[in-house]
Amino acid sequence: MTRYILNKLFYTLLSLFILISATFFLMKAIPGDPFTSEKKVPKAIQERLYEQFGLDKPVYQQYINYLGKIVQGDFGVSMKKVNQDVSTIINKTFSASLKLGLAAIVVSVIIGVSLGLLAALYHRRLIDNIAMVVAVLGIAVPSFVVATLLQYFFASKLHWLPTSGFKGIEYYIMPVAALSAQPIAFIARLTRSSMLEVLHADYIKTAKAKGLTWRAILSRHVIRNGIMPVITYIGPMTANIVTGSVVIEQIFGIGGIGKQFVQAIGTRDYPIIMGITIFYGALLMIARLVTDVAYAFIDPRIKLSGGKEG
Amino acid sequence: MAANDNLANLKPEDFKLIGSNEKEAEVIHRESLSAWQDAMMRLRKNKLAMTALIVLIFITFAAIFAPMFSEFNYYSNDYLATNEAPSLTHWFGTDDLGRDMFVRTWYGARISLIVGLIAAVIDLFIGVIYGGIMGFFGGRIDSIMNKFSEILYSIPYLLVTILLLVVMEPSLPTIIIALTITGWINMSWIVRGEIMQLKSREFILASRSMGADWRRLLFRHLLPNAIGPIIVTVTLSVPNAIFAEAFLSFLGLGVQAPVASLGSMINDALTAWLVYPWRLLFPAGLISLIMLSFNIFGDGLRDALDPKLKK
Repeated sequence: MTRYILNKLFYTLLSLFILISATFFLMKAIPGDPFTSEKKVPKAIQERLYEQFGLDKPVYQQYINYLGKIVQGDFGVSMKKVNQDVSTIINKTFSASLKLGLAAIVVSVIIGVSLGLLAALYHRRLIDNIAMVVAVLGIAVPSFVVATLLQYFFASKLHWLPTSGFKGIEYYIMPVAALSAQPIAFIARLTRSSMLEVLHADYIKTAKAKGLTWRAILSRHVIRNGIMPVITYIGPMTANIVTGSVVIEQIFGIGGIGKQFVQAIGTRDYPIIMGITIFYGALLMIARLVTDVAYAFIDPRIKLSGGKEG
Repeated sequence: MAANDNLANLKPEDFKLIGSNEKEAEVIHRESLSAWQDAMMRLRKNKLAMTALIVLIFITFAAIFAPMFSEFNYYSNDYLATNEAPSLTHWFGTDDLGRDMFVRTWYGARISLIVGLIAAVIDLFIGVIYGGIMGFFGGRIDSIMNKFSEILYSIPYLLVTILLLVVMEPSLPTIIIALTITGWINMSWIVRGEIMQLKSREFILASRSMGADWRRLLFRHLLPNAIGPIIVTVTLSVPNAIFAEAFLSFLGLGVQAPVASLGSMINDALTAWLVYPWRLLFPAGLISLIMLSFNIFGDGLRDALDPKLKK
């Protein structure tokens, strides 16, 4: 078990290192440097700037410095926003994104699992069909289309919900709905097929035969076993929601990291782009690591096989 | 009841010895179906999947021909007719520069389909070769190559794509390259799994014992037998690429104006679409329809090619 976790941890760190290196060298590959655009800078000042930002040193030296700073959580200074360092920007805007993301994850899991379970229990009946139509639509319609449609009908036409902003509970409804549409669809399909499999398993027949109530069978056997694949999906789902929120925050005018990211891409503010990329990357890799480890704890088969995962 | 009565009244005289005819026993009365024909038959019975296929064919034709036969083109501005509602001259209305939305929407569909299809084909080639080598040779080669793909996969692909496009100038080829950097991994895993299963089968042993080299084994025997899952994966990776391109366009990293993709049109429309909804509804509706049809058709194809998987 420990070996399994250490193994996963090692590969997570390796992936993170590759991502950090890739961002660094990609940014170095851009012709020019941050100060080539400022035209009338006297040579002395330019050299002073280079020295201050360490650009006078050879590339490998810069790379090592960069790695060292990132380990300390220092992502450098924004190029376009004077005197703002990237870590502060991330710190300030992360809470809004975190609240939105967590809400979307919770909503996705609850609605997705319920929908999938209902579809499995009422297999080939009306509820099943409705759930599967919802699932196909959810997978096919891009989140930003869902977002704009919601905005059009519920905010602009019906005036039921606020168009944009992030001040209270009613501001959550549309962004969360848009973000979780796709995960709900995915989880519903996953849950349905796994629950169907469990429902036909022999141990369910045994449970019925020994006279357990249907409720006890559902809660103790069906749901517990059928929910396993959903747990493996939590990692990818986090990735889906985090990248999705980049666009959703923009549409609903929520001041989170995603909005900063989009703005930075628009103004080509490289340190912010790099910082947020690494931050997102680390976040998602940690989410994946936690899911893997949690799964190993829950599923005894992984423990027994000594840490080899397919 | 009547049948039972008849049976009860049978007498020995009613029976006649016809003997056996060995030649006739061997005659095949029904035309035999190959696995492929069998799958196509199942697919044709799936009404939903066939509808999706017809929709896709229609969209493809419209994307190719609609811009050709219109009096308008996708790039000409007309400042006397900006933001016009759909009418008989401009079927889908016009945008903020007075460009005809009907032509632009179908032209955008063309770009989106090109991105989706080319990315899927490149993924197919890299994935099949990489996965084929992993699965066929196994052992150390497999574990090293597999670890490499796992590491690459664990880096969120949209971030990599965004980074690449920030560095490279966004254009159709660079977008496709950025999408395929990590897009092939899924395909390689599918192919690897299939090959590993197939290579211990008897027909491979037979071919091996007749002296077939690895190229013949891989390309003549193993890959053709894995074609089903490969086709399904390709079909389902097209909508993913289309979505990714739309997402990038949304960040301003898609194809650059005046060229339009469905994603960039949706992005353009966002500033004013509460007032001019048609600017959003047509491209958004079309992209959803394309992704929906590919997903439904892909699901149907999977059910048809591998009935075991059907749930």
